[in-house]
Amino acid sequence: MNIALHTDIQQALCNYVLQLADTNLILGQRICEWCGHGPILEQDIALSNIGLDLLGQTRSLYQYAATLQGESKTEDDLAFLRSERQFKNLLLAEQPNGDFGYTVLRQFLYEAFQLLLLDRLKNSSDQQLAAIAEKSLIETTYHYKWSAEWVIRLGDGTDESKSRIQKSVNEIWTYTGEMFIPSVDEQTLTSAGIIPDVTNLKEEWLHKVTEVFAEATLDMPDNNGWMQRGGKTGVHTEHLGYMLAEMQYLQRQYPGQKW
Amino acid sequence: MSPQINLEEQFQAKIDAEIKIEPKDWMPDAYRKTLVRQISQHAHSEIVGMLPEGNWLTRAPSLKRKATLLAKVQDEAGHGLYLYSAVETLGVTRLQTIEDLISGKAKYSSIFNYPTLTWADMGAIGWLVDGAAIMNQVPLCRASYGPYARAMVRVCKEESFHQRQGYEIMMTLASGSAEQKEMAQDALNRWWWPAIMMFGPTDAESANTEQSVKWKIKRHTNDELRQKFIDATVPQAEYIGLTIPDKDLKWNEEKGMYDFGPIDWDEFWNVVKGNGPCNKQRLEARRNAHTEGAWVRDAASAYAEKRAKRAASKVA
Ligand SMILES: [Fe+2]
Ligand SMILES: [Fe+2]
Ligand SMILES: [Fe+2]
Repeated sequence: MNIALHTDIQQALCNYVLQLADTNLILGQRICEWCGHGPILEQDIALSNIGLDLLGQTRSLYQYAATLQGESKTEDDLAFLRSERQFKNLLLAEQPNGDFGYTVLRQFLYEAFQLLLLDRLKNSSDQQLAAIAEKSLIETTYHYKWSAEWVIRLGDGTDESKSRIQKSVNEIWTYTGEMFIPSVDEQTLTSAGIIPDVTNLKEEWLHKVTEVFAEATLDMPDNNGWMQRGGKTGVHTEHLGYMLAEMQYLQRQYPGQKW
Repeated sequence: MSPQINLEEQFQAKIDAEIKIEPKDWMPDAYRKTLVRQISQHAHSEIVGMLPEGNWLTRAPSLKRKATLLAKVQDEAGHGLYLYSAVETLGVTRLQTIEDLISGKAKYSSIFNYPTLTWADMGAIGWLVDGAAIMNQVPLCRASYGPYARAMVRVCKEESFHQRQGYEIMMTLASGSAEQKEMAQDALNRWWWPAIMMFGPTDAESANTEQSVKWKIKRHTNDELRQKFIDATVPQAEYIGLTIPDKDLKWNEEKGMYDFGPIDWDEFWNVVKGNGPCNKQRLEARRNAHTEGAWVRDAASAYAEKRAKRAASKVA
């Protein structure tokens, strides 16, 4: 491999790992908002568990991104000192919590994708990425199961719960397509054989979602509708700026301190 | 001797012999009532106590602190669960207990009616509030009512983690920049007196102490525990270079304990009565969680019912 190409791949890998980390962090941050406000004590605890797993994954990924960057940055530098336009998280992750149904649905749609992605990434030729994926996959399997069960429960529960979650499905759907549209970095890494082609995960994902929605007696939205995009290239919805302002404020206000 | 008196004597004899009372055992009504009140108040304190710290989850200054805080607040939810279960063994459902909280009928620890204004409050709460809770709760691991005592054993283990984590936050801030140290001192200034008040009114004014001590659902008086807490905490503050906001605080060589200044009981009773800075918000947050979650709970039970029916018709 020539050196220029190698550097390109290294850069793409770093960006990609940041993208994975950012999505987990932003979703974890959203989950933090639920803590103490859940509808059922046991589910409050279950959501916190997922949040903790996501934060754990975030930290491993940022630590890896930092070594790839080689600028001796820390996980906290990457989380707290990057701006809106530098965050690469999926738009799906930053959408406000809505009601409990919206939150479990957002989680389900993401975890269904993660399940497929991590299952491939655990065999990646990049060993560090493979190791993180393998560990995360165990957690993701649990998150997927929990969230799918709640989608089914709410869909096939009462008239009210069904109409609420159907409405959430219709609203959130436009943020799901982005998962399957590869960024330039993803394309580079796919060509280099390091990550799977996300385009190819769509069919299997749709199959999983269709199955769960059928059991939940929910209607599938029109799959040819317009899909929002931009998260991976740092063009976000208006929500992210507020999230970062809140999350980063102490680090910004008191730069360079130990906490 | 009437049979009732006999039962009461046997009950007290068991307690005196340190034999645990279990849910199916006979117990005086007043014992049951006192326990329901005490344990449910404790359960509510765990749950309401999630709110002031939950307030900083999205603003924690590092990923590690964020995760640790989330785990801590989650632990408190777990404590609430154990304790609601202990109340259920006394014949009161969780739903009923929660409804008593949100209707304002039941009380919870007043400490949670104070606001968390800076990150240092996460340190002060862990160190002082969880620290005071431990003082109160360690003796309850030997409470006469079995399910309560067993719940407290699990709770106390985690509370001592929380206390150390909180102290560690304070230590980090106190040895940090001038601004961080100021933040830590300010948090101590605001949380010290409310923490001292967590032990409740002085023994002279504490109505239920004597009977509860006899029943062994209280092992020490409020003043004893308060003194113990102060004696343990003052050196910890000194060690990290923070000053306890009490100008009368002084080591009393003769008594072998600290003398401390007068407590503002007027403030205490005001907060108990609902006039604390956050009473309204805390109760409202719990009420909202409960009412806004009703459709989820309804859906879950409707779904469970449908499933059971489908399973039954399959078998048939
Ligand atoms: Fe607790
Ligand atoms: Fe407690
Ligand atoms: Fe605690």
